[in-house]
Amino acid sequence: MENPGEPVDPARKTWMSLLATAPGARLLQLWQAYGGQPDFNWLRPPEIGGVMVRGRMGGTGAPFNLGEMTVTRCSVVLNDGTVGHGYVQGRDKPRAQAAAVIDALMQTSAAPAVRRAILEPLTTARQASRQDRAAKAAATKVEFFTMVRGED
Amino acid sequence: MYVATKGGERAIENAHAWLAEERRGDPDVAELGLEQIQQQLSLAVTRVMAEGSLYDPDLAALAIKQARGDLIEAIFLIRAYRTTLPRFGLTNPVETADMACDRRISATFKDAPGGQVLGPTFDYTHRLLDFKLAADGDVPDAPRADPRMEPTPHITTFLQREDIIQPEPGSDETPGDLTREPMAFPADRDIRLQSLARGDEGFLLGMAYSTQRGYARTHAFVGELRIGKVPVEMEIPELGFAIEIGEIDLTECETINQFNGSKTQPPQFTRGYGLVFGQSERKAIAVALVDRALRWRELGEDNLGAPAQDEEFVLSHCDNIQATGFLEHIKLPHYVDFQAELELVRKLRRETMGDPQEAAE
Repeated sequence: MENPGEPVDPARKTWMSLLATAPGARLLQLWQAYGGQPDFNWLRPPEIGGVMVRGRMGGTGAPFNLGEMTVTRCSVVLNDGTVGHGYVQGRDKPRAQAAAVIDALMQTSAAPAVRRAILEPLTTARQASRQDRAAKAAATKVEFFTMVRGED
Repeated sequence: MYVATKGGERAIENAHAWLAEERRGDPDVAELGLEQIQQQLSLAVTRVMAEGSLYDPDLAALAIKQARGDLIEAIFLIRAYRTTLPRFGLTNPVETADMACDRRISATFKDAPGGQVLGPTFDYTHRLLDFKLAADGDVPDAPRADPRMEPTPHITTFLQREDIIQPEPGSDETPGDLTREPMAFPADRDIRLQSLARGDEGFLLGMAYSTQRGYARTHAFVGELRIGKVPVEMEIPELGFAIEIGEIDLTECETINQFNGSKTQPPQFTRGYGLVFGQSERKAIAVALVDRALRWRELGEDNLGAPAQDEEFVLSHCDNIQATGFLEHIKLPHYVDFQAELELVRKLRRETMGDPQEAAE
């Protein structure tokens, strides 16, 4: 643990979360198109592992272990000393590498360019896909109507 | 006693080569791609993830292909792979109240906030074979309506306000993990729910059905059934805060069960809970029913001696990998064991059939 008790950085939390769940092919495509890939050294080369996903009894109660999911993680350091961490869902080392380097770049002066080239398109795509699923769900919402039967 | 024997290597090798050929089938038929399995047999994929107890659609699709569609064999492959993974940590408990619901229905409240959302369901289909699918065809776009983006509240929260349903007190206690510690009885509810979540769908369906037919009658209403995506958050030690490390599909079922009043407690509804990876509502409902039946002790109910109330019976037999491992091992060579049995039965026969010479010995 390098910096326990570090306050939550909401912006960093948002972009790391976005990178963790981004579709692999799309992330790598945007990353390659970005073109400004810096040199870096590994602090921790990509490794594949599992995390235990927990649920809550009754949705709100005490936690229990539901089952595991696969995760790939790695850490990089740029030549200027900036450290980046990549945590992505599934088994995908190139994607974890891209996520870690992007995390590092987002802490440098390259942040606005990276945000424009990678994070914004990913955010838009994620929102669009969620919206579309929600729209399909909404179309299956039951509209009840009451039929009056018999005489009273 | 076990006596090692050797032999059969060539037969085994050739059998596996033939297995590979059979798996591929007729080479004139296009080979099945993993994306096809993931996209078009997605409910098989989620079953393998749930019972394999590892959420990874790519691996589940590979396992299904390798197992030639034998889902228990595929689950076996996933369980074996799972044991090779280093564990990075525990996630925060998923908040199913934040689920982006594809489907959300309640059998208890017609006008629940958020509505009755059917989602991509088999319900209300006529269960007639659709021969159009045999010929490939274009699928028309599903209709869209105004999306509802805000979270959908749990039905039980409405009952909770009236105190008419038993509460689910929250805690941050670290739950037991049956993948790390062997199960011991009586098992707490955290272990039971973990075991049921990875249990065999068919076995749990049968157990749950038995409670409906009168073995441990715990008449259940489906208070709510929801299917959709939830974010998974985990504390990252290097950062000191939690990030979303993924997003998974879950099916959650909450049952509302018969009153449970006692001398000290006013009548109150009780609950059963089922949470399962992927889209699997049959399994989630079954888990909720079995969970409720197994709670007889903590709710002060009578043990009616019903199979679904017997946690040792349910939890020790719901794991299809343990079950199939033990069941199928009896087909492997037991030549020496059998030889001993054969000798014994021959001897007993000689004795009872009165071979005087043998009997005298």
